[in-house]
Amino acid sequence: MRSVSSRPSSIGCEATNPVSYTVSMQVLMAMSGGVDSSVAAALLLDEGHDVVGVTMKLWGGESDTGCCSVSDVDDARRVAQQLGIDHFVFNFTDEFNEHVVGPYVDAHAHGITPNPCIECNRHLKFDRLMERADQLGFDAVATGHHARIVSAADGSLAIGRGGDSAKDQSYVLNMLTPSQLAKIMLPVGGYQKPELRALGEARGLRTASKPDSQDVCFITSSTGRETFLGSRIPLRSGRIVDTDGVELGTVPAIELVNIGMRKGLDVGGGPRRFALDVDVENQVVTVGTLDQLMTHETPLSAVQRHHALDADGVVLVQVSAHGVPESATLWEEADGVVWLRWASPHRKVAPGQSVVMYDPTNTYVTAAAIAR
Amino acid sequence: MHPYTGVMTRVDTPEHVAYFDHAATTQVHPSAIEAMMRVYSTTFGNPSGGHPAARVARRAIDEARDLVASIVGCAPREVVFTSGGTEADNLAILGRVSGGRSGSGAGSAVVTVATEHHAVLHPVEHLGGVIVGVLPTGEVDLDALAAACGTATQLVSVMLANNEVGTINDLDSVRRTLKKCAPKASLHTDAVQAAAWLDLREAARSADLISLSAHKFGGPKGVGVLVARSGHDPHAQMLGGGQERELRSGTQNVAGIVGLAEAFRITDSSREVVNASVSALRDRLADGLLAALDGIVETVPRNLKLPGSCHICIDGVEGESLLFLLERAGIYASAASSCASGAMEPSHVLAAMGVPRQRAQGALRLTLGVTTTDADVDHALSVIPAVINRLRGH
Repeated sequence: MRSVSSRPSSIGCEATNPVSYTVSMQVLMAMSGGVDSSVAAALLLDEGHDVVGVTMKLWGGESDTGCCSVSDVDDARRVAQQLGIDHFVFNFTDEFNEHVVGPYVDAHAHGITPNPCIECNRHLKFDRLMERADQLGFDAVATGHHARIVSAADGSLAIGRGGDSAKDQSYVLNMLTPSQLAKIMLPVGGYQKPELRALGEARGLRTASKPDSQDVCFITSSTGRETFLGSRIPLRSGRIVDTDGVELGTVPAIELVNIGMRKGLDVGGGPRRFALDVDVENQVVTVGTLDQLMTHETPLSAVQRHHALDADGVVLVQVSAHGVPESATLWEEADGVVWLRWASPHRKVAPGQSVVMYDPTNTYVTAAAIAR
Repeated sequence: MHPYTGVMTRVDTPEHVAYFDHAATTQVHPSAIEAMMRVYSTTFGNPSGGHPAARVARRAIDEARDLVASIVGCAPREVVFTSGGTEADNLAILGRVSGGRSGSGAGSAVVTVATEHHAVLHPVEHLGGVIVGVLPTGEVDLDALAAACGTATQLVSVMLANNEVGTINDLDSVRRTLKKCAPKASLHTDAVQAAAWLDLREAARSADLISLSAHKFGGPKGVGVLVARSGHDPHAQMLGGGQERELRSGTQNVAGIVGLAEAFRITDSSREVVNASVSALRDRLADGLLAALDGIVETVPRNLKLPGSCHICIDGVEGESLLFLLERAGIYASAASSCASGAMEPSHVLAAMGVPRQRAQGALRLTLGVTTTDADVDHALSVIPAVINRLRGH
């Protein structure tokens, strides 16, 4: 074990991790073939860690890019070669199908909004991969996510906002518990994206100017969500009605309609219409105005309380990957059902959507749940 | 110790590295390297040319062809040099089958076996052929083969020995089956894995077409052979200058062909001695692992497989984890075949043999070869049980 110098501070970022490692750790670096994880691997090496790169093969089907394609594996391997570290490919396609693709399709079939990236983080990167890393004797798993590991008010580790607010991925890492965070490293979490590209370029990494991955990695842009789902579940048309039950038109696939959606629902003129309710079983979409979409309360399920809340239970709540956090209070009924009470009216949250609660300073995730 | 060990070097190489992946590829024999270097340094002519430089190259190929023919037990004109085993398989299958499904008469136009290499399976699937099953030992199911064949069958492809589990097929009984049910069919065999171990004069005497690959028996990569016995010529799949009796156009890889022949010569002349010593090493390895561990089984009985093959299935471990830790401890092995991304895929061979998916996840393929030493086996026996116990959480 060597002692490790602190991270170079030449670009003026504060350290991403409050845990200071004084010795070289054995780190399994998840490399997707993108610039973030490429630079993350380089930074870990700079810190003196013993790094092994791994790319998870998650999807056996067609893919544009993201986490799954052969060309991304090639990029990850070439970066690893350049950095002089070993690179492996772990085949987790079975688990990906079971925990991500299957539930994604199933959610659509039941009118629930899925979060495939969150389920992938939950079940693959920070469950399956961490378990594998532990089994193989690694001290930590590192990823190229834009989020920081910080100390919460209670002193335990928390997942914090990334240094680049436009790229912040703390929302999709909401499930990480303090004990998991003790074995996770997010080397690029404190950087601005342009800084990472510059670091990648300075090292001549082939991924330095690679475009960011977009959207769901297992759905190609050429075929799209409708074709993907249509080959797995029957897509059925739905009736569009207003809140008085008056028929306004139809949608081609009820399974593709989410609460709050507007696209394709503006029928017959009048004010903007939003989906207020999606009844997949009876194939009915109820639409209404923005006012009718607003709510004071959102019921939650699968609540994970990572840290103690303030006595008043006030949190800042984000309900989509790049949504604006809004103030709300978390409270629990006597029957155990947990609710969010919004400080000011909020759009209805589609059932299935992840509801991520940040501390009042908007610094770290303090609790996480799924909208009911 | 064999004179040509010690090629593997890594910055962080463990003290002892033992290579147990001879089914994937073998070290090039020094005398094959020497023969190739001689070609590179003395003969640059195009063998199709008409002047002395060309004639020297031509002679090198002709001599190599004679040598290969004598080892396979065929006429020199029946030897077609290719870019490797995959091309040989493709040439045999795509080049011998015409009309695909639309042939007249009973049976499928082309029939193969579920445990074949993808270089056979994919061309057969491309032609819409039928793929028949195997016995739990991995041997072709002759009843299923007979049922799939008929008078319309043009080609049957049955591998001589399997690349994953090492099972040897008896091609003489395949031939007897075909005589009854598919009298017009050519019999192709992918002998890529077998060539290092079996005397093809006997083991492949029933085959009309035979695929070989140099790098499996101490030759270079990128060169192979299709033996096409008289009357069984395939249609060319690459058109051009008409080299190799117009069956495989393209200027020959002269040095590669010479290296192939030299490696094949050495393999053939030392076969008996090497087989005896390697099978003794294999037996010691397999017996040692079986004695040291519970919950492991040998996939195929030893009397049915190649001398260098030690394929086991280990309960309660995952192949990826096992190979990772073995590599770190200096044991280079494999599990199933790899896909283009380098990810391990579940074995289609084990699935075809009826091995449950759960058990197949713990598959370990240790393949020994001419360079394997007693020290390699000692190292494996000291490392593998410890790694498996660690993964099982003892």
